[in-house]
Amino acid sequence: MSAPVPWVELRRFTAARVALGRAGHGLPTAAHLDFQEAHARARDAVHSSLDLAAIEAELAPLDLPMQSVASQAADRRSYLLRPDLGRRLRETDRAGLPPAPGAFLFVVADGLCATGVRTQAPALIAAALPLLRRAGLAIAPIILASQARVALGDEIGEAMGAGMVAVLIGERPGLSATDSLGLYLTLGPRRGRTDAERNCISNIRPGGLSPAAAAEKLAWLAGAALRLGATGVALKDEQPTTPRLTP
Amino acid sequence: MGFAQAVGGTRYLFPDLRTLLARATPLRSGDVLAGMAAETAQERVAAQRALADLPLRHFLNEAVIPYEADEVTRLILDRHDAGAFAPVAHLTVGGFRDWLLAAGPEALARLRRGLTPEMAASVSKIMRLQDLVAVAARCHVTSRFRNTLGLPGRLSLRLQPNDPVDDPRGVAAAILDGLLLGSGDAVIGVNPATDNLETTLRLLELLDAVRDRYGIPTQSCVLAHVTTSLLAMERGAPVDLVFQSIGGTEGVNRSFGVSLALLEEAHQAALALGRGTVGTDCMYFETGQGSALSAEAHHGCDQQTVEARAYAVAREFSPLLVNSVVGFIGPEYLFDGKQITRAGLEDHFCGKLLGLPMGVDVCYTNHAEADQDDMDALLTLLGVAGVTYVMGVPGADDVMLAYQSTSFHDGLYLRAALGRRPAPEFEAWMERMGIEAASGAGQLPLAPALIGLG
Repeated sequence: MSAPVPWVELRRFTAARVALGRAGHGLPTAAHLDFQEAHARARDAVHSSLDLAAIEAELAPLDLPMQSVASQAADRRSYLLRPDLGRRLRETDRAGLPPAPGAFLFVVADGLCATGVRTQAPALIAAALPLLRRAGLAIAPIILASQARVALGDEIGEAMGAGMVAVLIGERPGLSATDSLGLYLTLGPRRGRTDAERNCISNIRPGGLSPAAAAEKLAWLAGAALRLGATGVALKDEQPTTPRLTP
Repeated sequence: MGFAQAVGGTRYLFPDLRTLLARATPLRSGDVLAGMAAETAQERVAAQRALADLPLRHFLNEAVIPYEADEVTRLILDRHDAGAFAPVAHLTVGGFRDWLLAAGPEALARLRRGLTPEMAASVSKIMRLQDLVAVAARCHVTSRFRNTLGLPGRLSLRLQPNDPVDDPRGVAAAILDGLLLGSGDAVIGVNPATDNLETTLRLLELLDAVRDRYGIPTQSCVLAHVTTSLLAMERGAPVDLVFQSIGGTEGVNRSFGVSLALLEEAHQAALALGRGTVGTDCMYFETGQGSALSAEAHHGCDQQTVEARAYAVAREFSPLLVNSVVGFIGPEYLFDGKQITRAGLEDHFCGKLLGLPMGVDVCYTNHAEADQDDMDALLTLLGVAGVTYVMGVPGADDVMLAYQSTSFHDGLYLRAALGRRPAPEFEAWMERMGIEAASGAGQLPLAPALIGLG
C-alpha cells in the first residue's frame, strides 16, 4: 500500500504529474500504470499511419481534387533514422503531380504523429478556404503525403508551380497530447528552402489552438506574406486578434 | 597523414585523424546519417586497433578541425598544460586506457588540464561501459555556489519545474512537490516556454522568492539564452546561475547565438553579482551529441568527438553544473536505449575526466526506441559512475518540453539503492525542515501559502 499524499491540493495548480504519492521510494502502482498508458498511446501515435480514405472522405465536401504521394522514406524506421529521405519526393510521384501555377497549396502530411492530422487538418482547410479565396487566392489540388517531413512541401510545391504552400503536419507526441497539428507556411516553395524561410503555427488541437483560429492566423500570414514578398523570420506575426483557446 | 590497419585479411585505410575517430566510434544513428560511421563491424574494430596504437602526443600535432578555422580548437590547444600531460605523454591511446583503469583519484585529478577533449573521446571509443563507469567513479569534481556539489557519496538533483505557459503557480507547485521529495540541491532550474525578457524576469523573481522564503541553501536558474540573462542582470534581476547551450565547434556555437567572448562577458557579469555564499561557480551549460550535425557545423567529425570538445568550452568558465541532454536530440542521432545508454556514459566519463561537474539528463523522446526500463538502467549505471546530478521532473513527464526525463522518485530510488546523500548543506536543511518525514499525513513542513499556493 502507498501512503496518502498530504500535498494532493497541488494538483489544481498544474497539469504536471505532482503529488503522485510514494510506495517506498517508488511510484504507487496506479501512477506507474498511468504513465505506461500515456507512453503507450504516444508510441502508437508515432507509428500510426495517415488514414488516407478517412481524410479523403472528410475533405470530399470541399470539392477539391486530391492526390496522394509519399517521400523516399520507405517505412517508419527509415523515416525516423533518415530525416533527409522524408524531405524528398518518391521519384514515381513527381511526374503525376497536377500543375497549379501560382496557386495556394495545402499538403496534408503524417509527420511524427498521424492521429491528429485526420481530425484537425480537414477542419482547418475547410475554415481557411473561404478566407483565402476572399483574398483572391486560387486553391491547388490538395496533396496527401506519407512519411513526410515539412520540407517535402517545397519539392511538391515546386513541381506544381504553386505560389505558396501550407504543410499541415503531425507534431511529435508528448505524454499529454498525441493529436497536435503543426502548420508551416512557405512562400515560393522550392527545394533548398530553410526553416528560417517558413512561418509556423503550432499546437493546433483540442485544448490548444482551434482549427478555426489557426485558419484565421493562416489567412492573415498568407496575406502578409504576399504583401511582404516573404515568409519566415522577415514576417512577424502581428495578427491583431489574440488566438482563441478552445475550452 | 593517414592510418592503416589490417583486420580479417582486409587492409583498412583512414585518411586522417577525424576519419579514424569517426570509424572507431561505436555505432550510433547520427554518425550513419552523417555518412561517417564505419561501414562494417570489422572496419570499426580496425579503426579501434589503429586508434589504440596512436600516441597521445599525436593529438597535439593534428587537430580534427583546423586551428585557423575554429576558436574552439584554438582554445583547446592554447590551454593545453604540458606539465599536467607529462605522466601520460609517452602512452598510446590503448596504453592510456590501461593507465586509466589503474589510476587513483589524485592522479586523475592532476591530469585534467593535460588532456584535450579529443584524447578523452578517443580513449572512450575503446572502452566498454564498465570501463567508462569505473574510471568516472574515481574522477571527483567538486563545485560550489550556495552549496557543495560533487562530493564523494553524494548525488544531487536539478529540480526542473517546467510549465507549458510559464504559469507561476504551476511552476511553484512543481517546485514544492520536488522539494518535499528531496530534489533541488543541484539547482532549481526552469526552462521558460518563451525566451523573452519579461518572462525571464518574472520567473527569476519567483524562484528567488521560493528559495528565500523556505531558506533553501541552493541556487536557481532560468534557462534562457545568455543574452536574455545579460539583459536580466542589467535590470538588477536575481540571477544566480547563467545558463547556455553550447557545442564543440565555433559553428555550432554560432548556431546557438554565442561565442567564447559572449560567454566570458556573461560569466564576468554573473561573478560581479557575488551571489554565491560558499563558492563562485556560476555558469550552467547544457550539451548533447548531434547538435553540431543538426547545425551542419561538425566539420566531418563524429558526434561524440564534437561533444567532448564542448567540454573544453565549458571548463573555460568554471561551471557549477554541466549536463548532456543525451536522449533529447532524437532518434536520428541516438536511435534506441542502447545508443542512448552508451552515449550517456561516454559523455559523463569524458566530462569528468576533463574536470567538469557532470550531470546527465537521462531522457528520451517518444519517437526514440526507448522506455522507462532503458532509463532505469542508464540512471543506475550513472549512479554507480558517480554522476554529479540528474534531473528531477514531476512524474518523469516534462509537460512543457514533451519528453521524459528522470523523476523526483527516481532520485529517491538512486540515493537509497546506492547509499548516496544530497549535498551536505541541502541535507542539513532537509533535516531542519523535517522533509523526510513529510510522506505521512499531517501538516506540510513547507507551507504552500508561503509561495503563492494558498
